[in-house]
Amino acid sequence: MTGMSTRHILLGLLAGGPSHGYDLKRRHDERFPQARPLAYGQVYTTLQRLVRDGLAEVDGTDADGGPERTKYRATEEGERELADWVREISAPAPHVVNEIFAKVVVSILAGGDPAAYLLDQRAAHMARMRELTAVKTAPGSDLSTVLSADYALNHLDADLRWMTTTADRLTTLTAEVDTA
Amino acid sequence: MTTTNGDISDEETVPPLLTASRLSKTHGRTPALRGASVALRAGEILAVTGASGSGKSTLLHCLAGIVRPDTGTVEYAGERLDTLPERRLSELRRTEFGVVFQFGQLIPELTVLDNVALPLLLAGTSRAAAHEQAGEWLERFGVLGQETLRPGELSGGQAQRVSLARALVTAPKVIFADEPTGALDSLAGEQVMAALTHTARESGTAVLLITHDAQVAAYADRELRLSDGAVVTDGAETSTEVTS
Repeated sequence: MTGMSTRHILLGLLAGGPSHGYDLKRRHDERFPQARPLAYGQVYTTLQRLVRDGLAEVDGTDADGGPERTKYRATEEGERELADWVREISAPAPHVVNEIFAKVVVSILAGGDPAAYLLDQRAAHMARMRELTAVKTAPGSDLSTVLSADYALNHLDADLRWMTTTADRLTTLTAEVDTA
Repeated sequence: MTTTNGDISDEETVPPLLTASRLSKTHGRTPALRGASVALRAGEILAVTGASGSGKSTLLHCLAGIVRPDTGTVEYAGERLDTLPERRLSELRRTEFGVVFQFGQLIPELTVLDNVALPLLLAGTSRAAAHEQAGEWLERFGVLGQETLRPGELSGGQAQRVSLARALVTAPKVIFADEPTGALDSLAGEQVMAALTHTARESGTAVLLITHDAQVAAYADRELRLSDGAVVTDGAETSTEVTS
């Protein structure tokens, strides 16, 4: 499964330990300030689907003086699924930065190897850029082919520069995520 | 001479033309290379990328026999460049290698034609033959008609294409290009890269291309990425496992 995925992000937030829906929503909105805030309904629906698919399970309830709240934790299968997702490179189309960002953060949360992931993603981006360069420099390429390849190349290049800076910031980012 | 340390992989049928193993080089107290290894095959175009100070240019200088590494080995077609006498090194640089830098480093007092013919004249080719060959290379790089101009009268892109013609006129086996488009706008840079890679592929010349620009690196067959003087990715032919 690819794509920006609420279920994987919630699984990533559960990697640090059992949590309830309200807390997951709050941490999601803090951690991904550029994303749209999660609606409570979406959090609970997603959690129920995770339980249905065996990726998460109920870990008791927690009243803490207020209303009773159900806590969830990731199952082993959920952890495996998460580990696969954070390693899986994204199809190098332009504008995939949000998805890559999510994987880097989730990878830090789940104790993965975000630096290795970024290198793999870079290799995939470079491979796509080589293809586009070959298309645009092929003898007889018409102008619209060249222009459309240029457009994709410039956006992939922007993604790559962002990934390079992110790789350089991983130490700081890891410290920030770990202490939050 | 054959290698005795088994650095060349048995899996590869064609041995690399130019190999560096575990190169280290320190400038003063600053380590520029820390155990970098690279293999360049005949006819291959390899982009070496990385941030400023990652060791790209030092790697090129070691591979081209311009600088000797502190430790590690450099081997070109069976000869150990890191231990070769200067006289033989300079002969190799003249006959087997071509070099292009960010600023073409053409000789300002000479005409375009003489600049390109110069390596042949230095190697003892007659003036008429050298000029004829130089003219052919200028034509291939689309700068014919400028032969009588001085480098100062050319645009940046034209000057760089003249530099490429000069680097290729001796039919070298390897071109070392250090940020060859670094001083050009993107369209001129594109023309230089298209000319360089097209000609190299046609003539089977290997190219070691240093660049910090991913769009320039995308003209190469693969990318070798350096960070702090060490290789972090040695993109063995990754090509196209990802669908668009």
